[in-house]
Amino acid sequence: MSAESKLEIGTLAVSTSPHIRCDESIAKIMWTVNAVLVPAALFSIYQFGLPALRTLVICIAVSMATEYFIQKWQNKPITVNDGSAFLTGLLLAMNIPANIPWYIPVVGSVAAIGIAKHTMGGLGYNIFNPALIGRAFLLASWPIAMTTWPTPAGWANKVDAVTAATPLGILKLQGYEELVKFFGDKTDMYMSLFLGTRGGSAGETSAVLLLLGGLYLIYRKYINWQIPVCMIGTVGIITWAFGGNGGLFTGDPLLNILSGGLILGAFFMATDMVTIPITIKGQIIFAVGAGALTSLIRLIGGYPEGVCYAILLMNCVTPLIDRLVRPVKFGARR
Amino acid sequence: MTISFRGGVHPNDCKGYSAGKAIETAPVPAKVIIPTRQHIGAPCSPVVKVGDLVKKGQVIAETQAFVSSPIHASISGKVVEIADYPHPVFGSCMAIVIESDGNDEWVDGLPLQRDWKAIEPADLKDIIRQAGMVGMGGATFPTHVKMSPPPEKKINTFILNAAECEPYLTADHRVLLEMPEAVVAGCLITMKVLGVTKGVIGIEENKPDAIVVLQKATAGTGIEVVPLKTKYPQGAEKTLIRVITGQEVPSGGLPMDVGVVVQNVGTVVAIANAVEQGIPLIERVTTVTGGAVAEPKNLRLRIGTTFGQAIAMCGGFKETPVKIIMGGPMMGMAQRTMDVPIIKGTSGILCLTAAEADIGPERPCIRCGRCVEACPMGLIPSMLSILGERNEFQVAKEEYDLLDCVECGSCVYTCPAKRNIVHYVKLLKAQNAAMAAKK
Repeated sequence: MSAESKLEIGTLAVSTSPHIRCDESIAKIMWTVNAVLVPAALFSIYQFGLPALRTLVICIAVSMATEYFIQKWQNKPITVNDGSAFLTGLLLAMNIPANIPWYIPVVGSVAAIGIAKHTMGGLGYNIFNPALIGRAFLLASWPIAMTTWPTPAGWANKVDAVTAATPLGILKLQGYEELVKFFGDKTDMYMSLFLGTRGGSAGETSAVLLLLGGLYLIYRKYINWQIPVCMIGTVGIITWAFGGNGGLFTGDPLLNILSGGLILGAFFMATDMVTIPITIKGQIIFAVGAGALTSLIRLIGGYPEGVCYAILLMNCVTPLIDRLVRPVKFGARR
Repeated sequence: MTISFRGGVHPNDCKGYSAGKAIETAPVPAKVIIPTRQHIGAPCSPVVKVGDLVKKGQVIAETQAFVSSPIHASISGKVVEIADYPHPVFGSCMAIVIESDGNDEWVDGLPLQRDWKAIEPADLKDIIRQAGMVGMGGATFPTHVKMSPPPEKKINTFILNAAECEPYLTADHRVLLEMPEAVVAGCLITMKVLGVTKGVIGIEENKPDAIVVLQKATAGTGIEVVPLKTKYPQGAEKTLIRVITGQEVPSGGLPMDVGVVVQNVGTVVAIANAVEQGIPLIERVTTVTGGAVAEPKNLRLRIGTTFGQAIAMCGGFKETPVKIIMGGPMMGMAQRTMDVPIIKGTSGILCLTAAEADIGPERPCIRCGRCVEACPMGLIPSMLSILGERNEFQVAKEEYDLLDCVECGSCVYTCPAKRNIVHYVKLLKAQNAAMAAKK
């Protein structure tokens, strides 16, 4: 080597360009999503008490443990710290009744991480949203426990029962007028739905906290605004048009938007990068489809709520959408 | 108002290291290593032997092939060796080693004085070929070939690429500031050879001082100075043409398909020097920079100076570099040794510290779509990386437009999973070329 060179051969790294990277990472994205879900999760503890905390801890701990053991067993790099298993556990806990027997979320977490995520090859390869697969697995296995919701504290003076119906459940079984009566009047109903003082899965109740978290993710460009807007908009329009008893456009879109798991699903699960189309155009198709399926299930299906199945069904067609919807190639006019 | 293009990324431009440093002419090196291949096309063969005495500007290697460019001695002295040496692009290549006699003497008749206005276009083009002119932005395509479009391709616009969109690099910026007359003369000569009246200088708005200087220098010439938004890869040929003319070079096509020829700043200055003074391409301005370099500079260096010599002229290292790159951080080539010589396409020598070059482990694609958004060519880079892992070059080519990728690196820069998409693209392209060669 020449006199000027002070470097030993072999000390220089050689790789393909580019040689610099932006400061984003998978862990940063995942932990940010986890962080913005914390307010809604804390609210569920405030609402439903210690059982909610217990369910959160079980789901998160079992999800992370399952990921750790599977990666250990397969001799893969351990990536439990990247926040994605934590997120799956957190979302699962927020999607099930807070006071469910302890072994049910254990099974759900193992199903979510073990079946939905790692049989497909782990992060990035799964076709279905793991948390939703966990929820669907539990709904099929323990249908009664999964649809028995605890009474929120704010409801104590209105309802005597230990278990409370969800607004969508009342709407389905007893009708719109009964639902309004149940809350008092329409304003009370909307406020209750918006703030989250109602029955439902642990983390889905507070529309306002979920919206704030979702807006922050849009601001950080971790999710595209088109997805929640299109999904929620589609549900609003369809339930407005076909959801009423008095003919076309007599439904209550606001009720449908604020109730059930729509806000949680539209901002946090229909935006799960891995399982949705990669182009914005494709994501819009996905969101409209998920909104339409949600409405279909709610209006004429057997279940009062359809967000979970709607997103899972659209997950199935994601590869198809990606094949058909492509960006416009530069200089495509050959 | 500035104009822009689809996609792209905004890396920190890091130009502060060297943007304020006036160009310094490096002392004549005691020894130069001049590769016989410094261009795209046929390699040259040496026309000198070991022991020959050569003078500065003398042809030392050439070939009769059209797509090629002759090579000249960059110092005067004695040819001491003709052998394989490390090469910054090709790994290793035959090189002619000249030891300086200390006189730095020109070959007979140089430099001369000529008025380009009195020379016919065909003769200008011949001068440019004889002077060993190649694209000095890094692609090193022979300039006279670019200036010889087939007759059915009518050229109507000449664009000077003064975007310098690569982070860290400031060589073009300094040349624009310090030699605006040569830049404008080079543009006018190129326009005369091409027979066009429309000339445009595209420059990123992060160089406001150079924009002012150029507007003054181009006054009355008919050349327009167009400020461009600061966004990578603004200076990629296709995006530059799109932004300035509104036309897209067709997929698989060349700029001449939309009537445009683009040249680099260093190239037009070298053209002006070749035509007005008869000086062949034996030196160039190179930015030596990066967090590891003690005193980043813009140096005027003789071709054949080693990277190690150039870095030593900048005070050596203040921190141990983990990567030494020829060119910029987005498209430059990592080097394995500092013994590689500066060639005609060496726009920068970038020495990155461990912190600057920290990439992190590659993870599986999480399909976030940031690469799709960043791709200026409208491709799906994530799929190219996945197909690359599986060696599926056929699918990549036919369904995912592998060959349209310009390897600008925007996708890799923005990827949160730190996937080496460009690496896979190069791999797939090589597999595709190997398969095509077999047929």
